[in-house]
Amino acid sequence: MSSQRNLFDKVWEAHTVREFPDGQSQLFVGLHLIHEVTSPQAFAMLREMELPVRFPERTFATVDHIVPTDSQQRPLEDALGEEMMAALEANCREHGIKLFDPASGKQGIVHVIGPELGLTQPGMTVACGDSHTSTHGAFGAIAFGIGTSQVRDVLATQCLTLAKPRVRRIEIGGALGGGVYAKDVILHIIRRLGVKGGVGYAYEYAGPVIEAMSMEERLTVCNMSIEGGARVGYANPDERSIEYLRGRAFAPPPEGATFERAATWWRSLKSDADADFDDRVSFPGAEIEPTVTWGINPGQALGVNEALPLPADVPDEERSGFSEALSFMGFHAGEPILGAKIDVAFIGSCTNGRISDLREAAKVARTGQVAPGVRTLVVPGSQAVAREAEAEGLDEIFRSAGFEWREPGCSMCLAMNPDKLRGRELSASSSNRNFKGRQGSPTGRTLLMSPAMVAAAALRGRVTDVRELLG
Amino acid sequence: MSERIRRVEGRACVLRGNDIDTDRIIPARFLRCVTFDGLGAHAFEDDRKQAAAAVAAAGVKSDHPLDDPRFAGARLLVVGANFGCGSSREHAPQSLMRAGFRAFIGESFAEIFVGNCSALGLPCATLEPGDLAALMDALEGNPAQQVVLDIGHCTLRSSAGLHNCGLRDGVRAALLEGNWNATRVLLEAGPAIERTANALPYLANFARR
Ligand code: SF4
Repeated sequence: MSSQRNLFDKVWEAHTVREFPDGQSQLFVGLHLIHEVTSPQAFAMLREMELPVRFPERTFATVDHIVPTDSQQRPLEDALGEEMMAALEANCREHGIKLFDPASGKQGIVHVIGPELGLTQPGMTVACGDSHTSTHGAFGAIAFGIGTSQVRDVLATQCLTLAKPRVRRIEIGGALGGGVYAKDVILHIIRRLGVKGGVGYAYEYAGPVIEAMSMEERLTVCNMSIEGGARVGYANPDERSIEYLRGRAFAPPPEGATFERAATWWRSLKSDADADFDDRVSFPGAEIEPTVTWGINPGQALGVNEALPLPADVPDEERSGFSEALSFMGFHAGEPILGAKIDVAFIGSCTNGRISDLREAAKVARTGQVAPGVRTLVVPGSQAVAREAEAEGLDEIFRSAGFEWREPGCSMCLAMNPDKLRGRELSASSSNRNFKGRQGSPTGRTLLMSPAMVAAAALRGRVTDVRELLG
Repeated sequence: MSERIRRVEGRACVLRGNDIDTDRIIPARFLRCVTFDGLGAHAFEDDRKQAAAAVAAAGVKSDHPLDDPRFAGARLLVVGANFGCGSSREHAPQSLMRAGFRAFIGESFAEIFVGNCSALGLPCATLEPGDLAALMDALEGNPAQQVVLDIGHCTLRSSAGLHNCGLRDGVRAALLEGNWNATRVLLEAGPAIERTANALPYLANFARR
């Protein structure tokens, strides 16, 4: 009998503790990740309910949002940040939860260290009080962001109440052109399907372009699922996922047959060839250009050589959002995005702060010098990424081109540490959100793009087609 | 057991616009805290400041709805489509709850936002676009009126009429039965939780110990 199940169904079923009469499920969470921003209140709620942590060995903690990227010296200069860090340390100590703090050498952005340490594995359910948890889906895990009350639920029960979403398979066919990266793929998907298009869906990313991607590229794609409205995004595990995990600190041990047994199970999780999906869409990879956002949500994006839409091209229901975005950004309908003058260039975040991102950006950086007046930050996603980059001399390439090389953390992705936009600065950013005020100044403006495109914009001082610099 | 919530009634504040994200509801700098106390004062702070500055500069009357005295004391917040998208921060519904809101009415809501609200006993009810437009107009014309969200019947009563609204079944039952605090409900599964864990290959067979 041929089964017709997709990966989502298989993983969901394996983790279902029970079903509620209203159709929701009690789902077991295989891996719980926490950080300093969304956990302290959850621990306080737990204390109020006088409950212990049920599976302390399945929760791992790190600090990322508030840590400064110039110096990680304790106590932190920011008293509120120090209080949050101390609260996380105390909570982890009290409940026997492993914490990767700066002293551990393993600290970094939660969605960077999960895969890097081999904590994230195919077939797991992963939850974290952070909307970019979908990142971990790159390995064929079902990973989703949760709120603080749900962090409490997971701490107390290792479970969540969830309604099963529908599954949409998104196939990217053919191949990508030169100078087109994973970031462009996901920006393109969101542009096409809309920022609400994924509400109620899990996204399965598939097709030749996804299969040809490295694990780090797949992490970038899955990371921004939530920007398209989908709480979950995943790719099917393959030999590349398995090889990535071999030898990682928390992956199944390589000795004996243990790792091979795990690999056999991982291979079995893939969506069946004839699997059912609630919806399917496909795009040819060749239509994807280096993509840049011009507005105040990640769906307001353009190929770098396209002009901003004219009001007549915008569907009625988007008209008011369109003019709001134009006036906030100070752009005009119909003008090109190419050549827009930038003030800040930010390379980093859980979307694009991994070693391969820094390598691609460095290839561009070594072709010139940062334009006068452009403020730059290159922020590795973790201490391990920083060590690797420094061993390869990437830090030197960036520094000699005039970029600032910083310590790991979320940095200018959001305004919770000292790295912030000032006033109306326009930033070319490799992060994931261009919302009003996201980068720390209520009037600051963000253009999302790939790390290589950010590096190109930094050198020219303007939005640039990176392909010109790559020759 | 938590409180049973059958209806939410009171004044309703109209906040127009689609895709309003949680960074706007509560800017990230206010997330530097270890409790949710005090967040109520900062809901929509940047939008409100910008609206106030525009009022001062242009002399036009365009207060942010949360600062509009006609909506003072509102318990329901009426919004557009995809409200609460973006960051998963529960700080967003927490700040709105602490600012006095007990229910949200809109065309649609982001999923994590609905999940967060449900855990706090705050219903997110959806209306058909036409009904929503009529409701917004009616409220702006007569902001002092009492609006009633009836959770059992999934209806919303205002001067625009009685409208059917959408509420997810699970959320509705949890509010009516008073078990929207999910921890207790999840704990009832008892040893079935460990049984599920022990059957997972990655915990049973090849975990690194
Ligand atoms: S890098 Fe940005 S999006 Fe990623 S976890 Fe940090 S703040 Fe969130």
